[in-house]
Amino acid sequence: MNNGNRSLALVAGESRRFAAFLLSELKPKGKILTPFNIIAGVILLVAAVLLTIRFTKGLAATTNLSQDFPWGIWIGFDVITGVAFAGGAYVVTFMVYVMRLEKYHPIVRMTVLNGFLAYVFYAGALLFDLGRPWNVINPIIGNSFGVSSVMFLVAWHFMLYMMTEFIEFSPAIAEWLGWKRVRKVLGSLTLGAVILGITLSTLHQSGLGALFLMAKNKIHPLWYSEFIPILFFVSSIFAGLSMVIFEGSISQRVFKSQISRGHRLAHDDIVIGLARVCAGTMYIYFFLKVLVFVHGQQWTYINTPLGYWFLVEIVGFVLIPVRLFTQAVRFGNLSLIRVASVLTLIGIVLNRLNISVIAYKWYAPQHYVPSWMEIEITLAVVVAEILVLRWIVNRMPILREPPQWATDRKGTREVEFVTRKEGEKQWATTM
Amino acid sequence: MNRRTFVQTLGVAGASVLPMHLGRAEQETPPTEFVGILVDTTRCVGCRSCEMACAETHGFPQPNSDDAVFEKERTPSVLQWSVVNRYQTDKGEVFAKKQCMHCNQPACASACLTKAMLKTEEGPVIWREGKCMGCRFCMISCPFDVPKFEYDSPIPKIQKCTLCWERLQEGQQPACVEACPAEALTFGKRRTLIEEARRRIAKNPNDYVHHLYGEHEAGGTSYMYLSKVPLAQIGFRTDLDTTSYPELSKDYLYAVPIVLTLWPAFLLALSNSTKRDSDLSESGETYE
Repeated sequence: MNNGNRSLALVAGESRRFAAFLLSELKPKGKILTPFNIIAGVILLVAAVLLTIRFTKGLAATTNLSQDFPWGIWIGFDVITGVAFAGGAYVVTFMVYVMRLEKYHPIVRMTVLNGFLAYVFYAGALLFDLGRPWNVINPIIGNSFGVSSVMFLVAWHFMLYMMTEFIEFSPAIAEWLGWKRVRKVLGSLTLGAVILGITLSTLHQSGLGALFLMAKNKIHPLWYSEFIPILFFVSSIFAGLSMVIFEGSISQRVFKSQISRGHRLAHDDIVIGLARVCAGTMYIYFFLKVLVFVHGQQWTYINTPLGYWFLVEIVGFVLIPVRLFTQAVRFGNLSLIRVASVLTLIGIVLNRLNISVIAYKWYAPQHYVPSWMEIEITLAVVVAEILVLRWIVNRMPILREPPQWATDRKGTREVEFVTRKEGEKQWATTM
Repeated sequence: MNRRTFVQTLGVAGASVLPMHLGRAEQETPPTEFVGILVDTTRCVGCRSCEMACAETHGFPQPNSDDAVFEKERTPSVLQWSVVNRYQTDKGEVFAKKQCMHCNQPACASACLTKAMLKTEEGPVIWREGKCMGCRFCMISCPFDVPKFEYDSPIPKIQKCTLCWERLQEGQQPACVEACPAEALTFGKRRTLIEEARRRIAKNPNDYVHHLYGEHEAGGTSYMYLSKVPLAQIGFRTDLDTTSYPELSKDYLYAVPIVLTLWPAFLLALSNSTKRDSDLSESGETYE
């Protein structure tokens, strides 16, 4: 009796302490009224108003979608481009956990977190676009399995992949909360989650392209081919890595205080390695594009306005950045790598929008152009993601070193701490 | 489990599954034949009785009866499942009714991840409100651009011709066919309609182009058209595939289970092969 009371009191005390900890963590850290926060707040407020209109009046009130153009930038940019940008997570986890290239370990958490949030927010933004979002669970439950649909595959993979990414990321949450036993269990799930995650990514990255296979007579022949799924998959590799490079160059500045000296020193080497992978996959992608072009005998289309636009995408935003990556890797020029990564990202935006919006029904007399409200809400989705990312990075060991107990060799199979030290040593010897 | 027991289990499992399948096959009823509508545009007088009957049957406002609507080419809309257009052709005015074609293997139904868009056994393609999540992938996929979405509604529906599926259940003909005073529309089994169309072409070979639109377009459709001018002149796409549209993503979908099973095995093997000796001994330590 007495014993039971005591343990009850212990549990109550612990949960009180835990609640107090959560409450204190919920409070913002640092100044609230910074210029970024004010702009972000305004964007979110406006979006909230616009979304209220959208859900009470229908899609026509806020978007320029029409019977001819059922998909606009909420699909073409938010979902299709956003998911390609989030591809870094499966590529980096492949390099670190499957290939065991320990050099890249320091960026795993940030990349996985970024990927996870991208899926949550961009796939979440899909709910704004769905006409009947309350039925979104239909393909998951009940007798509504449309298994012949590529969209069915994409929907399931989005859901499953979000779970695997959460599992991959979860050790950081356990470290933040100080749950040692849970951390150990979650850490042991990582490899399984990574392998499942890579498989799912292969399929839904290509699946997003496969969505357009049935729109054969609606997409301009320069962009339509039966190889869209393969092109989407290959381009998601360098799209994701370019995003990792781009995002890394920003967070190295913004979260400077959190990054250990060893990590900072190792970062340049990591970026050069990523740029090398980017260059390699981009050459493959370019070669595939040329192959599709020649195989489809599409020369006749080149001397048309859309033909020039095609050349802008392929030469300006594939061939030029891949040359820049190659040069930059050879000379170890980091700022050139950043330029190349930005050009690559623009190229991905162009490619995805070309297929889903611009070259879609290129023959229509009245072409779709997004309304300012669609752009505003897209901005709000990006801003919301950045705010959540910042909240997490400021609290959990993402860029920071994990707590000592988690990196202790006895307690875990992970070797993060050791490799970081190794990276530092290696760097010192190469200098 | 050793190899012997594994093979035994496999054998028992296989034997128990086999008779189930055989039993099912015996009970299967012969497949229903698809119904369809033959549109003979050489007979259509452009009275638009079909439009009016369609609106009345499905509870839509009566369309504007003024002939001025012919000035512009119209498409079916959220308020009108079926429209008649007037075309100026090499051989004078031709009227052509436009609505859902009811493909044999519809792109919209195979695109639908909730089976809201459904190819019924009888042939009509219908949309089911309770299942649809409004992703509009059917609109992207349909080669005829038929499904229309209610952009002005917070509870939007997809609107398109159902070939009067409810009326068919009650043994009636589609409303448009019943209303047609010129016998331009003929309802029947699709196979019979193809024979009828061939008979008409054979009987009056100079009155028709020798092509039945919809016999092969998009892999075959329930609505089929006869015309005295090339079909492109009366607003039909002639660049469509003659294989069905779901065929286009079939190869991809077939590759999915292969990737889903082989990829993890390959990755696991790769991950094991990159293990260093130190990793191996270390993992031994942690499993104390």
